Amino acid sequence: MTDHIVSFNLNNGLKILLKEIHTSPIISHWVWYRVGSRYETAGKTGISHWVEHMQFKGTPTFPAGVLDRAISRDGGMWNAFTHLDWTTFFETMPADKVDLSLNLESDRMVNSEFDPEEVDSERTVIISEREGSENDPLFKLEEAMQLAAFKTHPYRNEVIGSIEDLRAITRDDLYQHYRSYYNPANAVVAVAGDFNTDEMFEKLRQRYESIPAQMVPPTGDLREPALQKEERIEVTGLGETTYIEMTWRAPAASEEDFFIFTVLDSLFTGPSGLNMFGGGGISNKTSRLYRALVEKELAVSVNGSLQATLDPYLYGITITVRPDSSPEKVLQKLDDEIARLLDSPVMQAEIDRAVKQARAMFVYGSENITNQGFWLGYSEMFSHYSWFLEYVKNLEQVTAEKLLAKAREYLAPQRRVLGIYRPEENPS
Amino acid sequence: MSSVSLHTSIPGPHDIHRKVLANGITLLVRSNFNSASVVVSGMLGAGSQFDPREKLGLAHFTSMSLMRGTKNADFQTIFERLESAGASLGFGASVHNTSVGGRALAEDLPLLVRTMADSLLNPTFPEQYFDRLKQQLLTGLAIRAQDTSDRASLAFDSHLFPNHPYGFPEDGYTETITAISRQDLADFHAVHFGPDNMVVVVVGAVKPEEVFSLFEKELGEWKNPDLVKVKPFPVITAPQKTFREHISLAGKSQTDIVMGTLGPKRSAPEYLAVSLGNNILGQFGMMGRIGDVVREKAGLAYYASTSVNSWIEGGSWEVAAGVNPANTDKAIKLIIQELEKFCSEPVLQSELDDSQANYIGRLPLSLESNSGVANSILNLERFSLGLDYFQRYPDLVREVTPEKVLKAAQKYIDPKRLIIASAGPGKGKK
Repeated sequence: MTDHIVSFNLNNGLKILLKEIHTSPIISHWVWYRVGSRYETAGKTGISHWVEHMQFKGTPTFPAGVLDRAISRDGGMWNAFTHLDWTTFFETMPADKVDLSLNLESDRMVNSEFDPEEVDSERTVIISEREGSENDPLFKLEEAMQLAAFKTHPYRNEVIGSIEDLRAITRDDLYQHYRSYYNPANAVVAVAGDFNTDEMFEKLRQRYESIPAQMVPPTGDLREPALQKEERIEVTGLGETTYIEMTWRAPAASEEDFFIFTVLDSLFTGPSGLNMFGGGGISNKTSRLYRALVEKELAVSVNGSLQATLDPYLYGITITVRPDSSPEKVLQKLDDEIARLLDSPVMQAEIDRAVKQARAMFVYGSENITNQGFWLGYSEMFSHYSWFLEYVKNLEQVTAEKLLAKAREYLAPQRRVLGIYRPEENPS
Repeated sequence: MSSVSLHTSIPGPHDIHRKVLANGITLLVRSNFNSASVVVSGMLGAGSQFDPREKLGLAHFTSMSLMRGTKNADFQTIFERLESAGASLGFGASVHNTSVGGRALAEDLPLLVRTMADSLLNPTFPEQYFDRLKQQLLTGLAIRAQDTSDRASLAFDSHLFPNHPYGFPEDGYTETITAISRQDLADFHAVHFGPDNMVVVVVGAVKPEEVFSLFEKELGEWKNPDLVKVKPFPVITAPQKTFREHISLAGKSQTDIVMGTLGPKRSAPEYLAVSLGNNILGQFGMMGRIGDVVREKAGLAYYASTSVNSWIEGGSWEVAAGVNPANTDKAIKLIIQELEKFCSEPVLQSELDDSQANYIGRLPLSLESNSGVANSILNLERFSLGLDYFQRYPDLVREVTPEKVLKAAQKYIDPKRLIIASAGPGKGKK
């Protein structure tokens, strides 16, 4: 991402990030809250995601149904996402219509109604969303693996929440969660697009500065010791396809080690992109694991995942096993490749390649104003917006020696969770 | 407050450069130097319409095989070059076309075009990769067999378009993929791949002349005198009565529903009236009227929306919803009630105003990224809409009236004659 980002703090603690981009008559406005599954307690899993849904159910100024109509009418695009560390809301609008978006977001930061009937109706919608996910064998496997990978950290829970909690959470629980976390001292507003910085700042100040700051509930010490012994999970279900997943704890995004891991991910399983909109990934057919597993006819596909998070989360590998192979054969080969990675330094050419791939995906992401708005706030949720500015430069600092040392530290056999999804015969 | 003109940011005859090479390849280029990237999007006439019935999936299989090895480079060399540059390139097939899409840093466009040309002209379909890819495709089909949404959609298509290329899956079935030999791929390539109807769009940080000379060099000599002409498609007829099928998939938590009927072809004069009507029915805001009734009011589904798919020979008008299995019949009933209303009363002028404003207002958003622009320009060419289509578009949208929407709805939707497919737990039924 290029420069010219302007940062302000309002008196109520709200941080504002602005980036003028004059390539298209569009403005993308994002509001980020530091709340997600990381902030949830036992019995309340899924509450952050549900609160996000309730933010579309109206305020006295913008009753339910008025918001979506107004945004769509103006040709805007809007959505919201809840993840581990954050919940975010955005609108990308024609530049001359952006006031609607500013009015809406500042209003629903404090004035959402949480009508009891709407809460009940949304309960079934969210349970239906979860049921849709449950139809996917990989969701079941991942849910079991997260519970094994973390014993106490809330990252162990699915963002959507457990079915028991979704049935039990009340309207008052939701409203209290909303009032605790949706406030300017716990938020970042990021705006990118076709505007004048001074004018935009003034518009934001007028709308957000009068909203009082609140204390956010403390999370306590969430740190959790590394796994001391490999965990193995087996999940069975109908179907014909066998999957293997392996996870290890990964570094937090703010640590130097994260950039080392990014290079490792790139050469081992293919690069994980950081673009949410319009970035597009690239194939991973020359990554080490594709060559070892797919080219050797043991697997149909292999993918890695690395996410930028506030606390150490997971680096994961997902493998679809070939029907004429077996999980045991795949695991043997996978262990060989991990041993090779931990045994000797990678070639400098592999690191250079990972850096070029990251640079290319960065350029793809910068085509899109919505994505640039996303980057600004996203990086604030686990670090600082300069994280993106320094991203490629930090990758360039990775050396083969550092990579070897960190691979040995993080990918030790006793620190991993191994999961296998085995299909069972259809009774019919 | 805006300082960028809407007019100049929308692609049109003033900045889309078009050239037809001597062998028939049509090139369209739009420069964008705001970002150092470039996107390529193209198509040629080798689609699944040519798949023999016992070898469904042949066009798809062939397209997926093009980059598995050529006379000049093996699989690893091809992908080593692309991935080392952070570039991507891929082929796929639909009913009418084989498509190609790729992106790279602008400095790597020559690599992208060279690789594309080599894959199109010189594929060798190596035995080893043929077997490997076949296994991958078969595994994909095994996964598809367990996917409630895919299964409902496949059933819907097969009953709406019986014995028609639109009714067969482009990726085939287990038995048809199994039946395909390596020689079939080579034969398909020999008679269905050629420059005659090829269209390629390039958008990004490159000058048109550079793109033209690059393609002239890499693809200008390509000829195929053996190219097979397109055969006429069978006639499409609307469902004569409601047909209901449920596909039983044990162990699933959700049922997916796909229901609907025929829609207009892209060239139909009422296309925009249907499209705007569809927006009101199941798109606008939170999935339109149907989203409002099924999701917002009844809380029955996480998603419930409609879509119109318009192709060269015909189209479909579909409602899709994911519901708790116990609510399947209730959701279908609510959807039919909405279709009845939609076909018996004109939409409100205020609803149409909203959708018209939405269509016109969202144009700059849809044309923001290079890939968005490239795909839009490809559609202009594919459906002969004219390079000034986006300039004329606001007027075309405004010409639609509630009466025209009603007439279009009545032409296509008969709530008593629908195809209704679902997949999820519970006993199968027809």
